[in-house]
Amino acid sequence: MSMLISLFSAACVLAGVFFFIAGTLGLLRFGDTLSRVHALTKADNLGLGLIALGLLPLVDGIADALKLVVIWALVFLGGTTAAQLVALAVRREQDPPP
Amino acid sequence: MTALLLDLPLALGLFGAGAATLLARSLFGAVLGFISTGLIATLVWVRLEAPDVALTEAVIGAAATSVIILYVASRIGNRATPPAPPPIAQRVLAGILSALLAVLLAHALFSLPEPAPSLAAPVLDNIAPTGLGNPVTAVLMAHRAIDTLLESAVLVFAVFAIWSMAPERRWGRAPGPAFMAEAHGPLAFLAKVLPPIGIVIGVYIAWVGADAPGGKFQGGAVLAAMWVLPWIAGLVAPPSISDMRLRLAIAAGPLVFLMVGLMGFAVAEGFLAYPPGYAKTLILLIETAMTLSVAAAMACMIAGPPERRARP
Amino acid sequence: MAEVLTGAAALIILSALVGLVRVLRGPTRADRLLAAQLLSTAGIGALLLLAAAGAPELIDVALVLALVGAFASVAFVMASRVIDRR
Repeated sequence: MSMLISLFSAACVLAGVFFFIAGTLGLLRFGDTLSRVHALTKADNLGLGLIALGLLPLVDGIADALKLVVIWALVFLGGTTAAQLVALAVRREQDPPP
Repeated sequence: MTALLLDLPLALGLFGAGAATLLARSLFGAVLGFISTGLIATLVWVRLEAPDVALTEAVIGAAATSVIILYVASRIGNRATPPAPPPIAQRVLAGILSALLAVLLAHALFSLPEPAPSLAAPVLDNIAPTGLGNPVTAVLMAHRAIDTLLESAVLVFAVFAIWSMAPERRWGRAPGPAFMAEAHGPLAFLAKVLPPIGIVIGVYIAWVGADAPGGKFQGGAVLAAMWVLPWIAGLVAPPSISDMRLRLAIAAGPLVFLMVGLMGFAVAEGFLAYPPGYAKTLILLIETAMTLSVAAAMACMIAGPPERRARP
Repeated sequence: MAEVLTGAAALIILSALVGLVRVLRGPTRADRLLAAQLLSTAGIGALLLLAAAGAPELIDVALVLALVGAFASVAFVMASRVIDRR
């Protein structure tokens, strides 16, 4: 059983790492700013979510598990809001309102 | 092996981000370089097993300072004229002096005796009378309380300095400029959802400081961020700088600290000494007042001097 | 397991540090901001991994970083929202 849990954790964490690297690649390779906003916030939130999911069975105590979930929720909230704010600013810069 | 894999990129990254900050050609690039340096420094403190410092760096470096310089840089960005570069002789001299300082520091570091002198053991031996579980808090609040008292007063003076930049006709108004209100934008959404969670976390961080990494500065700074957010979103207006409650909140921490310290003459062995058995209670009292003061003072620092006009 | 977690933390940090090239290259202000945002999220991920690898007190550092992570973007738009009438 514990072997299975370790496998699950390792798989989730590695998938999370993959999405972080994908986010970096998107940030470096994508052609315009709005696509880069897109790539980064999506990939990062997914990556962190997978890592939090993978670590959930490993932490001891309900308090720490709850903190993991709260951290992921906060990054999700912060990341999506930040993406909206930055995208709005980029659009204002590109075609300023009359 | 994996540890080296972690530490080497962090060390190089810290150097790189620092160099990028200094060499950046645009003001905004330098600001973001500085913010990145702070984030890497947070992780470096973690690797040096100093989670208390890492927490401070995260909340002061990554939040408060970043917000202030990023906001100021984008506000003066288009108006600022870059200063003329200093003469070559001055730059060479500065380079030589910096290199000399670096050599001296390296020399001091490498000539440390083995094992390095440390007061860690006496601190751990004397932690029991304070009733605290976190040795860092024991040092800050009991063994070196005088330093912490002086630091807490610095916050009040910093607010003085910022408010004194207000133009005469704006005196008595609320700190900072007026911000546009937008009922349904993403910023308003964040300003409505985040503070209830953030206030709980801020109080938690201040509270666990007695026994785990955390404390008044870190918790207070988190609370300040949560207080400022609805101001920036234009949802609520901050109190006037003439409001006695705001002024009292800013001064409460140093005042309580000083009063407890003076009380030490009467009931304990002297200034800033705690009577046996009451150390933890008094320390928690000071920490509570200080958390309030740090929150109020840092909120005023982020908002800046009063710029608002009277209500239309 | 701890080795795997530490290694994963190292990979995430390394990838975020590589992403910092965007701070230098820009070209827009938003690009520079994004790179710092990436570093912040990666730092949270690395802290969680290191916490699970044997330093549970780091969860609180990650919690605070997650809470204030959005503030750089807030500061980014703050100046454009100032009502500037003197």
